[in-house]
Amino acid sequence: MVMSQTESAFADAQSLEQDIAVSVQGVSKNYGAVEALKNMSLDFPRGQLTSLLGPSGCGKTTLLKIIAGLLKSDTGKIIVNGKPVTGPGPNRAFVFQDFALLPWASVMRNVAFGLELRGVAKSEREDKAAKYINDVGLAGFEGAYPHELSGGMRQRVGLARALSVDANVLLLDEPFSAVDEQTRRKFQEDLLALVANENKTFIFVTHSIEEAVYCSDQIALLLPRPSRVHEIIRPNINRAIGVESIRRAPEYLDIVDQIWASLRAYVE
Amino acid sequence: MKHRSLLLKVLSALLVFGAWEIAGRIPVSYAFPTFIESMTALARMTFDGSIFVAYAETLKPLITGVAISTVLGIGFGLWIGLSTRFEWLFSPIFIVMQAAPLAALIPLLVMVYGIGLTSKVFVVCIMSMPVIVLSTSSAVRNTPASMKEMAKSFLAKDRHILLKIIIPAASPVIFSGLRLGVSAGFIGAILAELKITPTGVGDIISYSRSIADYPSMYAAIFSIILLAVLFLNLLEKTENILFKGNDRGYVSD
Ligand SMILES: Nc1ncnc2c1ncn2[C@@H]1O[C@H](COP(=O)(O)OP(=O)(O)O)[C@@H](O)[C@H]1O
Ligand SMILES: [Mg+2]
Repeated sequence: MVMSQTESAFADAQSLEQDIAVSVQGVSKNYGAVEALKNMSLDFPRGQLTSLLGPSGCGKTTLLKIIAGLLKSDTGKIIVNGKPVTGPGPNRAFVFQDFALLPWASVMRNVAFGLELRGVAKSEREDKAAKYINDVGLAGFEGAYPHELSGGMRQRVGLARALSVDANVLLLDEPFSAVDEQTRRKFQEDLLALVANENKTFIFVTHSIEEAVYCSDQIALLLPRPSRVHEIIRPNINRAIGVESIRRAPEYLDIVDQIWASLRAYVE
Repeated sequence: MKHRSLLLKVLSALLVFGAWEIAGRIPVSYAFPTFIESMTALARMTFDGSIFVAYAETLKPLITGVAISTVLGIGFGLWIGLSTRFEWLFSPIFIVMQAAPLAALIPLLVMVYGIGLTSKVFVVCIMSMPVIVLSTSSAVRNTPASMKEMAKSFLAKDRHILLKIIIPAASPVIFSGLRLGVSAGFIGAILAELKITPTGVGDIISYSRSIADYPSMYAAIFSIILLAVLFLNLLEKTENILFKGNDRGYVSD
């Protein structure tokens, strides 16, 4: 039997049902007259990176904030690790598009801020923060202030802050959009290493098709008006062939083309 | 860098004093003494101790009024900034207070509180409190939403958001409100001494004017300006110690 890409992807997602870290079930959200999300359902397999890909205004940030518990949905529910979400919780950490660092706090305090809010003792939280500062490649900048860092370094601080609270779901809202292209590629490699090493579930918002195809285990292609999940794609890229070969591999290019074909109608 | 800014300050002071000296020598008005005459008068008042006696009197309403305005002003400002209901209720009071012609209110104050310290403290407060309240409340209301959201996502409680986000984020604007409030408080203290009862520095100003001792009058005015400048510098130092890093610019710049 021949299955279309969508159907096989659907079957894949079904077979993983027992290990779903985050489940979005029938979520709708209106801002006044604007329908940001309409009856959206979507599952995020544990330990994998799922991208939310779509043109701006299709509700990606809204969905991520609802999963984070920062926004309330109008209908439907979010299940994280089997429990419904009622607000922000220790099992989810957010990486913000605009970094959201405290300008008056050093890199050390910014990274340790999540632990500070949880009442972790200073020496303990600074030990932990130092480890993650090191992991994201900012060793030596512990005492620097955000305005002394480049955009890429600021986002590394945001990433280290999210990692240091040890949540098992990471929510990343276009984390690389304010970062230059070279830094962005380096970030993508680092992100893949994190997915491989840290048994965490990543929900990653992007509007870059290449980035989504390159980094994701699963891509949820969202379309606006009304906002909906158009397609679930599992790129299944063979990463063993090396970075440069992947970006030139026919499977990779085919998926990029296929997504572009779905999206182009929505791009003015 | 530090030396350079100090040099610039000294240079601009020299320029102002030089212009004052020249204007006094022309003279622009028979009632306008030279810089040197005024400084001589200031030195005389310093050595005979009369300036200290005067300040002991003037500083009472000034310090009391500024302290009350700072504590109540920041308190009210936080409250108004955090709650839309209180903004609606109290904000108009402070806007009216800021716009009110103070000189017209003084007779009323004297009628109610007499000519003593209370009335003078009131004048200082009316001058300095509104700007502190209004800048604190607007700073609180303009706390970047993304920072509050970040704190919430990392499980901040309301008191964390107030103490670790809103107050530090608002502190530069609160302190600039304090600077304006303190300057206005100085004006209020002198105004009270000129309009209610002549005491302290206000007494030196009005008495020496009445006997045409203009150097003493300008010396008194100069000394109060000097004191205000010193006080504002002290405030700036306090701000830098309390909120180190806040003068280091914002992430969004
Ligand atoms: N706070 C808000 N108030 C009103 N409308 C909003 C608000 N936030 C988002 N929207 C609207 O909801 C839709 C989805 O927004 P968003 O989730 O930010 O999309 P995306 O992140 O995919 O660009 C957009 O049409 C946007 O204009
Ligand atoms: Mg967005």
